[in-house]
Amino acid sequence: MFDKIWDQHVVKEIPGGRQVIYIDQHFIHEVTSPQAFAGMRKRGINVFRKRKTLATADHNVPTLNQNQPIKEPLSKKQVDTLIQNCKDFDVELYGLGHERQGIVHVIGPELGLTKPGKTIVCGDSHTSTHGAFGAIAFGIGTSQVEQVLSTQCLILQKPKRMLINVNGELSKGTTAKDIILYIISKMTVGGCTGFFVEYAGDTIERLSMEARMTVCNMSIEMGARGGLIAPDQITYNYLKGRVFSPDEKEFNKAISYWESLKTDANAEFDKVINIDATDIEPMITYGTNPGMGIKITEAIPHINSDSFSKSLSYMNFNPGENMIGKQIQNVFIGSCTNARIEDLREVAKFIKGKQKSLQVKAMIVPGSKQVELQARQEGLDKIFKQAGFELREAGCSACLSMNEDKIPSGEYCVSTSNRNFEGRQGPGARTILVSPLMAAAAAIEGKIVDVRKYLN
Amino acid sequence: MDKFIRLKSTAVPIPVEDIDTDQIIPARFLKATTRDGFGSNLFRDWRFDNNGNSIHDFVLNNNIYKGQILIAGRNFGCGSSREHAAWALGDYGFRVIISSFFADIFKSNALNNGILPLQVEDKILHLIFKEIEKNASAEFEVDLERQTLSSEEIGDVSFEIDSYKKKCLLNGYDDIDFLISIRSEIEEFEKIQETY
Repeated sequence: MFDKIWDQHVVKEIPGGRQVIYIDQHFIHEVTSPQAFAGMRKRGINVFRKRKTLATADHNVPTLNQNQPIKEPLSKKQVDTLIQNCKDFDVELYGLGHERQGIVHVIGPELGLTKPGKTIVCGDSHTSTHGAFGAIAFGIGTSQVEQVLSTQCLILQKPKRMLINVNGELSKGTTAKDIILYIISKMTVGGCTGFFVEYAGDTIERLSMEARMTVCNMSIEMGARGGLIAPDQITYNYLKGRVFSPDEKEFNKAISYWESLKTDANAEFDKVINIDATDIEPMITYGTNPGMGIKITEAIPHINSDSFSKSLSYMNFNPGENMIGKQIQNVFIGSCTNARIEDLREVAKFIKGKQKSLQVKAMIVPGSKQVELQARQEGLDKIFKQAGFELREAGCSACLSMNEDKIPSGEYCVSTSNRNFEGRQGPGARTILVSPLMAAAAAIEGKIVDVRKYLN
Repeated sequence: MDKFIRLKSTAVPIPVEDIDTDQIIPARFLKATTRDGFGSNLFRDWRFDNNGNSIHDFVLNNNIYKGQILIAGRNFGCGSSREHAAWALGDYGFRVIISSFFADIFKSNALNNGILPLQVEDKILHLIFKEIEKNASAEFEVDLERQTLSSEEIGDVSFEIDSYKKKCLLNGYDDIDFLISIRSEIEEFEKIQETY
């Protein structure tokens, strides 16, 4: 499938092996686009295909009182710069206050802009999320944002292909987030560098679109350029009727085109990995990269390396310790990994009638305005409130703490986001990555627990 | 983009693996709207404590280590796609990063900013760290034309770089110059492209 899509987008071969690749859909946000627009102004060029770029403000936006001006001056300047650039260059912007605003990797799919067979880029590494629809989607740097704005193309080396098969029944309490944390822990944080991953197998086929997005989202955390999943009836059902999906007349034609993209039975991969889903348990990270993950019932391993010791010392954990029972101070449910309506429903269902621990600050940040609205329409906001969880407005929030949502130095945050790097959620903050279910359970008890004890 | 042809310099060692771009430049410093000035926040939270005081045992605060070459453990530049990481390294004064493995997006960002990500085998990287440990003023010479890295301890070691990117660095060309020059070919491609 990867080859079919890639090859259909080759504009030109370049001596030395690189290729000029055409980009169908470009997303931009306030953090990685200003220097690209500045470069275009300097060169005196326009956006080449205005309707193929969509902008939103997500990284820097407050998650409280979005109807008021942004207080933090630098954040405000960056968001204002995006507004001005979109105006000057005639790019569509779903900015703060717009009903379609949200995290770029949440709004693309929910608007139906993310479709099978497309090449999709954004100046953001989690662009891999869109691969869940059978698209080639990957993150790029700002120089490349400028290239796409100026020419709708990139000069790329074709990556190697890896197939990751996941087969078997997932056990109760084990979710898509656990699948990908498990895979990353096996592959390590750099194990897929240079590869584009295709996820397949019956476990993947049974996942909803939201769950598939969670899996593809974190492909970059093992170094992969991106991850993709073959489109099927679940994909088509999700796409039907969305704002930018093909209309009813075109939809069947689109499906037959999308079906033709699927991987042939005899397709060759540079590497094949087989994962037994029955071996996966709720997962948890203990270190400072997403590859440092274990099953909740396992102990932190002993590894003799300076980098490993440095990481554990930052987290204030020791080899051989169990994660269960560790006290925590914060829970963050959000990010492009786990802030879709299905994630919020799952959390609401679990915490309904329970109370969060008094020592925990629990924050839920929806991935988009639409998710927020839907959560309110379904009454999830009341459940969150009764349980002591704070429902905020849409944005990237404490996943990378570019706005005010920071975790205090030294405190632990159990987070549904994608990165546990040092200082990711604020200087000195210690991040523990888990699924939304595990995060909800930790908020209730004020410490790390195995969520399965509630599910029997 | 500045040309890169040859460089002889001492080097700064950071023997840590999996250095992510959040360490190279933390997210809270990504709010600028220009490409300049990121160097002062390079490795910010490893260089300074929460009160802004220098952390003495970090290598960038140690005067005996300086130069335009950074030597880092394997899988350098993983994580976020922020090009600000490459800008911060360049603004601080680094032109070459040597490691045994680079994350893809970082590598591409570095090359687009005239910074050479130079990949060597693990055992060579180990020798380089040893050499600097023994002698902080050891010099390393990078010759892009010949694709060699040399020093007293390692001798001449060759490295790989794809011929297109090599040409860009040697001449100071950006990808964008080339892409703009083929806009008419891109328009032709659009006419035949099937899409939904």
